[in-house]
Amino acid sequence: MAERKIRILMAKPGLDGHDRGVKVVARALRDAGFEVIYTGLHQTPEMIANAAVQEGVDAVGLSVLSGAHNTLFPAVIEALKQKGASSVTVFGGGIIPEEDMTFLRNKGVMAVFTPGTSTEEIISFVRGNIKSVH
Amino acid sequence: MSDLADKVLRGDVLATARLIRDLDDGIDGAIAELKVLYPQTGKAEVIGVTGAPGVGKSTLVSRMIENFRARGKKVGVIAVDPTSPFSGGAVLGDRIRMQNHFNDPGVFIRSMATRGHLGGLSSSAYEIIKVLDAFGSEVILVETVGVGQDEVEIAGAAQTTVVVLTPGMGDEIQNLKAGILEIADVLVVNKADREGAQVTVQGLRRLLEMGGFDRKGWHPPICLTVGTDGTGIPDLIKAVDQHREFWNRQKAQPGFEHKRREEDFLRILQGQAVNKLIVSLRRNGCLEEIVARITRGESDPYSESEKVLKLGDYARNE
Ligand code: B12
Ligand SMILES: Nc1nc2c(ncn2[C@@H]2O[C@H](COP(=O)(O)OP(=O)(O)OP(=O)(O)O)[C@@H](O)[C@H]2O)c(=O)[nH]1
Ligand SMILES: [Mg+2]
Repeated sequence: MAERKIRILMAKPGLDGHDRGVKVVARALRDAGFEVIYTGLHQTPEMIANAAVQEGVDAVGLSVLSGAHNTLFPAVIEALKQKGASSVTVFGGGIIPEEDMTFLRNKGVMAVFTPGTSTEEIISFVRGNIKSVH
Repeated sequence: MSDLADKVLRGDVLATARLIRDLDDGIDGAIAELKVLYPQTGKAEVIGVTGAPGVGKSTLVSRMIENFRARGKKVGVIAVDPTSPFSGGAVLGDRIRMQNHFNDPGVFIRSMATRGHLGGLSSSAYEIIKVLDAFGSEVILVETVGVGQDEVEIAGAAQTTVVVLTPGMGDEIQNLKAGILEIADVLVVNKADREGAQVTVQGLRRLLEMGGFDRKGWHPPICLTVGTDGTGIPDLIKAVDQHREFWNRQKAQPGFEHKRREEDFLRILQGQAVNKLIVSLRRNGCLEEIVARITRGESDPYSESEKVLKLGDYARNE
């Protein structure tokens, strides 16, 4: 039987225009053999969840540098749940203070990567933790 | 077993996304679902949008979605981007231009990677068109990868093929003669806000007058558009509508439907035959043996291939 190709949706929720990081990570994941769908800036949690469902992805990677992570991450997780896609892994990165990590993890965010993280580290996380939900 | 197919027919988005994924990943059971869906397919209007990288295909697709939605049509989109030949990965970015439609339940957008398939589509694209058709999409827009000259596969999958060009392709137009221009049912010069749009239209017109592009009395119209602000989109839609009427007349001709079904069947047979053979060769270790024989110089790949197809026996009897 054919091997599943891992598909990941990368999105920028909210009014945050910093897209360098998300593009760097998207390219790194492509070069590591993953299929990445990038949907661009200014996404609402509902847009992200709809796209994740239609695209049949295994994971959603959110990039938040605006400071609104504590509302946006849980909102996306909730939207996914409402659309019957709670098995999709949510992870992400951006400007996220250490003290918010536990809160986000409790909300169901699998991992969060902050500035300075090497793309190798992110790739090895994805390889080790993102499994096909299909 | 056909649980998934039943849900697709009922318009279930999760099931549809799942079946598409199974088909794209080559999961065995997916074909069984297609058997159930097949009788419910063939209803959708399939429109292909092709052209060089960056000419504005996704932007135009988004505009076309807008128009078909205004008519109340359910729309499906398949947007293909290239897989990196080095890593096998891909960044699929066509969706960025279609954001306006993410929350519209009447629009289903799926990004696909070529996964090594040549021709401008993914190898699963034909089947995914059928799934979206069965799901209830009345119009299916298929955006190919940014193509050069040879990736003309879309013409076989779509009823109407829209070929997108941009201004400033003066001399290049002459070279377009072969390949992509020949599959155009509708020609679009997008980015008409840029200098040289009229020159490009004139160049195209001269080229069309030289002949060779008319198929059974259809003369490909040339539309000028600005994808970013919507200028010219009604003309484009009108051209597509006219081609649909032309197509419907063709469809009524004897033999037309037969030929389409034949092409579809042969494509499926080819894919399955090759896959089945290779899988079974691998499974019982035959492949290893064959390659070893060739490597040792005891045989050649042509003879071995014939033997696999059991053609060797027939040939000997002749
Ligand atoms: C470059 C930059 C800009 C550029 C952005 C260009 C662009 N197109 O991206 C410009 C000049 C436009 C800009 C504007 C602003 N910026 Co600015 N900007 C930065 C800066 C200096 C670097 C960001 C960057 O590109 N880093 C490089 C990339 C590669 O790193 P990264 O994004 O962090 O990504 C890494 C990780 O975070 C992680 N990651 C990120 N996303 C994801 C996603 C996934 C799925 C995963 C797995 C990992 C991951 O992996 C990446 C690789 O390690 C930061 C400061 C800083 N040191 O971070 C401020 C910063 C982000 N900006 C800031 C601010 C306030 C602004 C403005 C509001 C300023 C203003 N008042 O106008 C505007 C807002 C713009 C907008 N519309 O949102 C603040 C944010 C403060 C906060 N969150 O509390 C920062 C932190 C500066 C500061 N110390 O105050 N900015
Ligand atoms: N000036 C101008 N820019 C346009 C027009 N249409 C699209 N663009 C811009 O052209 C760029 C590429 O547009 P896309 O729609 O992504 O092009 P594409 O053909 O889908 O690109 P690929 O899928 O990468 O081959 C974007 O920056 C668009 O905003 C237009 O009519 N005029
Ligand atoms: Mg595109």
